[in-house]
Amino acid sequence: MTAAELLPIATMIALVLLGLALLIGTMRVIIGPTLADRVLALDLLTVIAMGFVGAIAIRTGLTLYLDIAIALALLGFLATLAFVRYMLSRQSKEEERR
Amino acid sequence: MIVDLAIYLGCAFLLAGAAFSLLAAIGVLRLPDLYTRMHAASKAGAVGGGLILLAVALVSFDGTVALRAIIAVAFLLLTTPVSAHLLARASHRGGYQPGVKTEIDDLKSKSEQTPSA
Repeated sequence: MTAAELLPIATMIALVLLGLALLIGTMRVIIGPTLADRVLALDLLTVIAMGFVGAIAIRTGLTLYLDIAIALALLGFLATLAFVRYMLSRQSKEEERR
Repeated sequence: MIVDLAIYLGCAFLLAGAAFSLLAAIGVLRLPDLYTRMHAASKAGAVGGGLILLAVALVSFDGTVALRAIIAVAFLLLTTPVSAHLLARASHRGGYQPGVKTEIDDLKSKSEQTPSA
């Protein structure tokens, strides 16, 4: 098998594995049980989506998709930071109420 | 020859990255508490995403694309531990207890000194 024939097969296997990973991560987002678990699973989901975009970039040969991956990495980091700020501010409000 | 080698290596990286991502997702689903789940999500997840981006860099044969992919990997490796650390800190301050099997909690003494925190 030549290298050019191998590439579509490898990307298809990788896309299937990443799709399964997205499904399993979504299960953790749904069942929780706390907000922190959901934030962690969402953070993982953005990283897996980055991998998905990378696999599609290899499969189609359109390397512009890589910019989407970089933007997703930044978005995932900032989303996690925002969620953590929200959790911390909620905790300090509960302390003030006591 | 060298082109074929780079494509074979890229395929191997791609499959390894996808497998790492799947293992990270399984770990997040199966591990018992938040702090152990964080190991799966931040370590295996970052390696999975990073390996796939390195595969893009290997397969593309283009300097600018490879450079962008490597920058994305560096960004991922820098930010994932920071976000996991912040999340662990916030949830520990919020009183989220580790699982039953966790024996050592180095932050416990600090949180007992200031019980409201």
